[in-house]
Amino acid sequence: MTSPILRDPGNSGFVVELEKFSGPLDLLLHLIREDEVDITDLPIAKIADQFLSVIAELGLNQAADYLEMAARLLRIKAQLLLPRRLGDDEWEDPRAELVRRLLEYQQIRELVDWLGHAADARAERFGRGYEAPPPDAPPAPLQIDLNDLLAAAERVIALIPEPMLHRVVPRPLDVEGATARIQALLAERETFGWRDAVGGGGGPQASLVDVLSTFIALLELAKRSSLTLSQPEPFGPMVITRAIPREAA
Amino acid sequence: MQSLAKLLEAALFAASRPLTLEELGSLDPGAGEHAVRAALAELRAAYGDEHGVELTEIAEGWQFLTRREYAETIERAQFALRPRRLSPAALETLAIIAYRQPVGRLEVDEIRGVDSGAVMDKLVERGLIEVVTRGEGLGRPLLYGTTPSFLEILGLKDLEDLPRLEELSVALRRPTPVDESE
Repeated sequence: MTSPILRDPGNSGFVVELEKFSGPLDLLLHLIREDEVDITDLPIAKIADQFLSVIAELGLNQAADYLEMAARLLRIKAQLLLPRRLGDDEWEDPRAELVRRLLEYQQIRELVDWLGHAADARAERFGRGYEAPPPDAPPAPLQIDLNDLLAAAERVIALIPEPMLHRVVPRPLDVEGATARIQALLAERETFGWRDAVGGGGGPQASLVDVLSTFIALLELAKRSSLTLSQPEPFGPMVITRAIPREAA
Repeated sequence: MQSLAKLLEAALFAASRPLTLEELGSLDPGAGEHAVRAALAELRAAYGDEHGVELTEIAEGWQFLTRREYAETIERAQFALRPRRLSPAALETLAIIAYRQPVGRLEVDEIRGVDSGAVMDKLVERGLIEVVTRGEGLGRPLLYGTTPSFLEILGLKDLEDLPRLEELSVALRRPTPVDESE
């Protein structure tokens, strides 16, 4: 790839800025002019490669129109590679449609230049009754009474949806701490309740983190057969019992 | 100067927009179109090179406009300012619509190779194009055409003032069938 228009960090020469192009056809015409090739005999492979390398820089948002053109170029490139039978009069150059569009677009660009000059020339001649565009005046002071203000505030408040609160847990679960606490309890007592395990009384003052940490620690210890969990009645408090050591069993 | 020419001069001075031949003719029902044309020619000649304004044929009508050479000075004094230039995208869209009218959005998109909805909405808002009819195809698409304001901002008499496509340099190179040399 030796095209002058590629972005080359080592060579701060020519850089293509896509914002300057009004679309994929404009970019293609630019590439064709750069390479000084005949528009009716497009070197598709070369142009397609250059086109792809330029749009590689694009964000997806802008890219849709350019991607469509890239796909078109690649399809034409592939079609040109297919062998064709000698004397096949039916063969249509796969580039024909693109060339037609490019020529049409080139004509439009020439008209754009013409229209631009015409508009510039007209802009230098003023008619009567010129009205300056209104200056950006500061907004007029509000003339409302308190009731209007309150009514407006209520309308705005009514529009506010229920807040979608997302709770960010400030610290990770302290499973190790909970495990240590439960193991200490197990060493002390054979049986204890959920509230004892949570610590801090297990009441409403226990934080969500404490509850979750304790719960995970209990499950983990139960898996390791250090304790058994039971719930004597539905929704009743959980009872934690020290497991009988395996050797004894 | 004939009295009809003076009357037209007064009307053109009072109006702040181009006045059509018909509008000017309505000032004096007794005068025929021929007389109005003759009076306009006289008026235009009278303004000749001797004045800072000239009578200009524009947007299918006539209007007094200042001479170009004074634009910069007038603008510097901020008595009047040049309007903002149209963007290349707007000019592209205008060019297509001017030559293909009535034309639908899809055809404009197709020729430009990009979505042109936003540009066209803006041009409608500025009054440079308008919906002129509906197409036959699926969904009866809106078809657009240019407005008198389009002629006005470009200083054109009418659409015939646009360059003919054959006059453009690229039009000379006809899209010849590409593979015939082989």
